[in-house]
Amino acid sequence: MQKSLHIDPAKCTGCLQCEMACSYENYQVFNPAKSRIKVFDFHHTGRKVPYTCTQCDEAWCLHACPVEAIKLDAATGAKVVLENVCVGCKVCTIACPFGTVNYVQDTGKVQKCDLCGGNPACAEACPTGAITYVDADWTGLEKMRQWAQKLDSQPAAGHAD
Amino acid sequence: MSWARKILRVDLTKGTCTAEPLKMDWAALFLGQRGLATKYFTAEVDPKVDPLSPANKVIYATGPLTGTMASTGGRYSVITKGPLTGAIACSNSGGYFGAELKMAGWDMIILEGRSPKPVFLHIENDHAELLDASAIWGKSTWDTEAWLKKHFQDPQMRVSGIGPAGETGCLYAAVVNDLHRAAGRSGVGTVLGSKNLKAIAVRGTKGVGNVKDPAAFMKATAAAKKVLADNAVTGQGLPKFGTQVLMNVINEIGALPTRNHRDVQFDGAKDISAEAMHAPRKTDGKPNLVTNQACFGCTIACGRISKIDESHFTVVNKPQYWGASGGLEYEAAWALGAANGVNDLEALTYANFRANEDGWDPISFGATVGAVMELYEMGVLKKEQLGIEAPFGSAQALAFFADQVGKGEGFGKEIALGSKRLTAKYGHPELSMTVKGQEFPAYDSRGIQGMGLAYATSNRGACHLRGYTVASEVLGIPVKTDPHVTEGKAGLVKAFQDATAVFDSSGLCLFTSFAWTLQDVAPQLQAACEGDWSLDNLNLVGERIWNLEKEFNLAAGLTKKDDDLPPRLKKEAAKTGPAKGLVNGLDKMLPEYYQLRGWNAEGVPTAETRKRLGTAALE
Repeated sequence: MQKSLHIDPAKCTGCLQCEMACSYENYQVFNPAKSRIKVFDFHHTGRKVPYTCTQCDEAWCLHACPVEAIKLDAATGAKVVLENVCVGCKVCTIACPFGTVNYVQDTGKVQKCDLCGGNPACAEACPTGAITYVDADWTGLEKMRQWAQKLDSQPAAGHAD
Repeated sequence: MSWARKILRVDLTKGTCTAEPLKMDWAALFLGQRGLATKYFTAEVDPKVDPLSPANKVIYATGPLTGTMASTGGRYSVITKGPLTGAIACSNSGGYFGAELKMAGWDMIILEGRSPKPVFLHIENDHAELLDASAIWGKSTWDTEAWLKKHFQDPQMRVSGIGPAGETGCLYAAVVNDLHRAAGRSGVGTVLGSKNLKAIAVRGTKGVGNVKDPAAFMKATAAAKKVLADNAVTGQGLPKFGTQVLMNVINEIGALPTRNHRDVQFDGAKDISAEAMHAPRKTDGKPNLVTNQACFGCTIACGRISKIDESHFTVVNKPQYWGASGGLEYEAAWALGAANGVNDLEALTYANFRANEDGWDPISFGATVGAVMELYEMGVLKKEQLGIEAPFGSAQALAFFADQVGKGEGFGKEIALGSKRLTAKYGHPELSMTVKGQEFPAYDSRGIQGMGLAYATSNRGACHLRGYTVASEVLGIPVKTDPHVTEGKAGLVKAFQDATAVFDSSGLCLFTSFAWTLQDVAPQLQAACEGDWSLDNLNLVGERIWNLEKEFNLAAGLTKKDDDLPPRLKKEAAKTGPAKGLVNGLDKMLPEYYQLRGWNAEGVPTAETRKRLGTAALE
């Protein structure tokens, strides 16, 4: 079963544990500047929104790459940057409609979320469940369950007094 | 390793920025942040220095766990000699700035001298320079941050600095970072202003990648996070209600100082409580509280984000205050509310926004307004001087003064000097509810006896963050003690003071101590840092820090007379509630406290104590 990162902004507190976990997983350093997931703080509404690559099926970045440095990981569905192939041309950063593939000055390559090979560190580190890693076909399951629960608390048809 | 092992020395007089290695032999004795900065500060600054002269210094300091995945590891402290107290001042802040500074590769910034003109400090990793601040001098902390981010075209930079209050000489001006987090107390922002330093803008992209044993560190921090999550206070109470969870609790036990400490219970407490922040308003059907928010790395998330009712008199026709921003924490809600008898939650929130925006301490401000209201009711201060009728309970007067104080306008100029100077000027020094010139926070020491001793002996003046025996006396953490007795409180205060000094020197937030003891901190430090960070040594480090701060104060000229409470708390008994009939029994606790500390009857460390801790009298 493939899984997807699922984000619930209402649960995000803006602690950035996800960003540190991401940079630690990939670079062995606590460093939001190197994180592939970013938390945006919309101050005037109080809303915090974690945002990262959603692993498009028809991935713009993958198709745009002139040296075929972005490959599909068939097991996870992640689009993965092959660092030894990437030439740092940044065309993928232009092609991506969402901005989730970015250049890294230190390495001269691009980076994007690769789902940590199927065990995403951000979801593991999130203390509130704002980032979860769930069945790719059922990212809406928890929301459906919550709405179903509302119906469950109403009197059943035919049993009204 | 976890220290960046590098400090930035900024000579504002000459306009130079110089890197220096961190003195690791001092780090082994004083850990970091509060402790290590105190070591540097006391080694470099004459204790008798005028706090607002160029010879005073300001140290921004992170801890070894700042910028790591340890929960709450994002703190920094600002250390200087305080203009409100004449004692050592050390204020601690969260938000994101501290971690950013650490990730730029700096443990500390030492700011010295005085710039001939307004400047700000720009840091991008190793690069640091002073730049002209004429475009932002006079601006609010909010506008300053917006200007800097736009100027550098860098929305990811973090900013810490002063608002108008720090420029106009308000003696309790705060250092504000990330719009609504603050090193709030003792006037550390006033000292920045006296140096003509408006702000520090930092971008750090190096990160923290040098913890000693990464695997052990991840294991230790994960275990400690679980302790926070499983604890009722840090796992449920604080995220849902914030520190405001205390308002009704402290009122019920009769320890909520009300109307300048005339009373110990406030009939309007429920209107300004955490529960009130959650309740839909009658006017627009929305609650005051929008959401909670974490500081960097924090898995508790006690911060409050609030939105003011747009039809409220404080913000009507002022759309700049209609967005969500930093809401009421307990201490501010008390100082702006109960201390003045004001039960208007929206007015309190407005004053809190203004405190963040203009950069002043809402505790000292609120408590000073409480003294003004008492003087008004006594007929000593009149409407003509104040510019407004100011009886206890007036939300209009509160908002009026909150608008004035940061800019030093009208009577706000006098309120900006704090209650000690204000009450003395008008002939009633006994009405100043302060220790060492700093206003009390939100716990009445007639109802919580240990806090009287904690306040009297706090090295930075009256403060709840230097020995929070409320945890034991009210909440039963780590063990329940009777809040109405003085017996055993000397030892309790000492234990809390020493442990707090360690939390404040580590990079962690003190609020973790609702769930953690030093036993939970030690493995995290031990995995991250070289050296001996065993429980035994941490206790010694905490005591050493406390004693070094005390040595500074003694050399600055403070004496046993300054370890005292206002007469009201020692002579006027609590009128209502469970503590009815009680005064604070400081005199019964203080001699025992001095003895437990290894100080003589005058509160001076003995030669034996100095030898044991490796401290010495300062000159």
